[in-house]
Amino acid sequence: MRICVVGCGAVGSLFAANLARLDDVEVWAYDLFREHVDAINRDGLRLSGAGEALGRLTATSDPTELPSCDFGIVATKAMHTEVAIEATAAAFADGCVATVQNGLGNEEAIAKHAERVIRGTTFPAGKLLEPGHVQWDVKGDTTLGPFEPRPAPFDEVARLADACTRAGMPTTAVRDARGPQWRKVIFNAATNPVGALTRLTHGRVCEDPGLRRLVSGLVDEGKSVAAAQGIELDADPEDLIDHAAKPEVAYNHKASMLQDVEGRRPTEIDYLNGGIVRFGVERGVPTPLNRAIWSLVKGLEQSW
Amino acid sequence: MRACVIGAGAIGSLFAAHLSRVADVLVLTRRQEHAQALNDQGLRVSGKHDFTGRVTAASDPRDLPDFDLGIVATKATGLEGAAESLAGRFAGATIMTVQNGLGAEEVVHRHGDWPLISAVTFMSGTKHSDTHVEYILDTATWLGPYGETPYERVQELAQLLVDSGLKAEALPDLQPAQWAKLIFNATVNGVAALTGLPHDAHFAVETGEADLGRLVHALVDEGKRVAAASGVELHDDPWEMNVLATKRGSAHYPSMLEDVEARRPTEVELINGALVREAERHGVDAPLQTALYRLVAARQASYS
Repeated sequence: MRICVVGCGAVGSLFAANLARLDDVEVWAYDLFREHVDAINRDGLRLSGAGEALGRLTATSDPTELPSCDFGIVATKAMHTEVAIEATAAAFADGCVATVQNGLGNEEAIAKHAERVIRGTTFPAGKLLEPGHVQWDVKGDTTLGPFEPRPAPFDEVARLADACTRAGMPTTAVRDARGPQWRKVIFNAATNPVGALTRLTHGRVCEDPGLRRLVSGLVDEGKSVAAAQGIELDADPEDLIDHAAKPEVAYNHKASMLQDVEGRRPTEIDYLNGGIVRFGVERGVPTPLNRAIWSLVKGLEQSW
Repeated sequence: MRACVIGAGAIGSLFAAHLSRVADVLVLTRRQEHAQALNDQGLRVSGKHDFTGRVTAASDPRDLPDFDLGIVATKATGLEGAAESLAGRFAGATIMTVQNGLGAEEVVHRHGDWPLISAVTFMSGTKHSDTHVEYILDTATWLGPYGETPYERVQELAQLLVDSGLKAEALPDLQPAQWAKLIFNATVNGVAALTGLPHDAHFAVETGEADLGRLVHALVDEGKRVAAASGVELHDDPWEMNVLATKRGSAHYPSMLEDVEARRPTEVELINGALVREAERHGVDAPLQTALYRLVAARQASYS
């Protein structure tokens, strides 16, 4: 089996390095960060932290070098999906392409260039320490399922999930993967931008009663949009929010969007709150709070 | 005619310098060095006007002679202290308040039974030093009677301000103007503080789904519903005030934005908090203004 990870940042590297340990899988990685690509080809791709691994794989910044692959795993930031899949699509002409990205709209962007698409949501997280070396911060589950408008065959979804699981990335193949995806999107959309706008950590957002009510208002809108599409959430995002606020979990965690704002990097707001608003418009569900937050963070990006 | 300006920030300095051309002007400052510098160097105005006014300044109210007109021009956050310092003195004076938000008159009234004049000002300036203020926007100050204060006294004061070179207008009922500014201020200051954007063209753009003008417009509409429920007919449409202000060429930095950037306490309680409390009092739903209020209040809480 040949798998190409498209976008070999932190999350992409977790998949690439782990999968590369399997004897029956040949791993490629496509990434535009030259030093990272060179380091991977020279020294391998190293993970440390929550798990240790050294994966041997072939990395490239040139999409024409990619061989024909059975699977793509897209792990770029959401705003780069379209460009990345357009560049690499030829490698997946006979294969299936999965997304493990944040937010809404990635599957749709991939489906413009790929025939068989896999919807996915992943919880593991990490950060790039230096070229060729990624810190694995949090372990977690991944869920994969056929993307309904251009579905990958379920057997193929199961084959990819099995490979990931064997590689140490526990992954479940399900017929309808929208529930876990929307749970994570609603969680992220209700908490990340609030942290980014107020500069507060997750725990401090949750202990301010007024702010916590705003978070719940954002969650409720997201739930309404999910319900209007017939999506059953696999768990209540509110529970995830309260759980994460515990001191031993993520009280002091600065949301990635807050880190983006502090580093003045573009955020994924268009694919989180913006995604909820777009799906809400499609289904006639009003989402005034998510729209307000979307506008505020877009305004913040424009101030740089 | 002897006037006393209490609080020599940008607005107080503009009043003091201009009035010094038609009246004896006293200035009560918080810091002794500030008073000393004003006594030594006078008060320079640049920008729309260019002159230096002579004033008599003190940092202790016991050093001030009696005066006919007091203008309390502190920020809303400094109002209580300023009113306290006047208590038991200056029996013959009429006092004008010019704070943002609602309720400044009540605060002053608790400290003495001077006749009160309510005012809102749309002029703006930037203080370059203790003795130099740049006059940036030469927009009007509106004045109205508070309680039993005769309207003639308001008209006299408006005329005095006009004679001094400022723009001013007396109104029999200031509430419609105060509310127009409250809605304008809550919206523009709040959005600016959260996005980091000065009051520029972004605030009036309503083309795209996430354009900031859409949010500003929705916030203004909520504010108008609160005003209507409070029985106030607005003097101006805050949305049109917003559009007009963004067309002036040089973008104004709202004070709340300057405050959060300098990590100073903001006027959020007296502006956004006042509006949200009015909404609650009249049973009007104002979810967006409420969200804005909570976000700015939380941003302020993030300093510590």
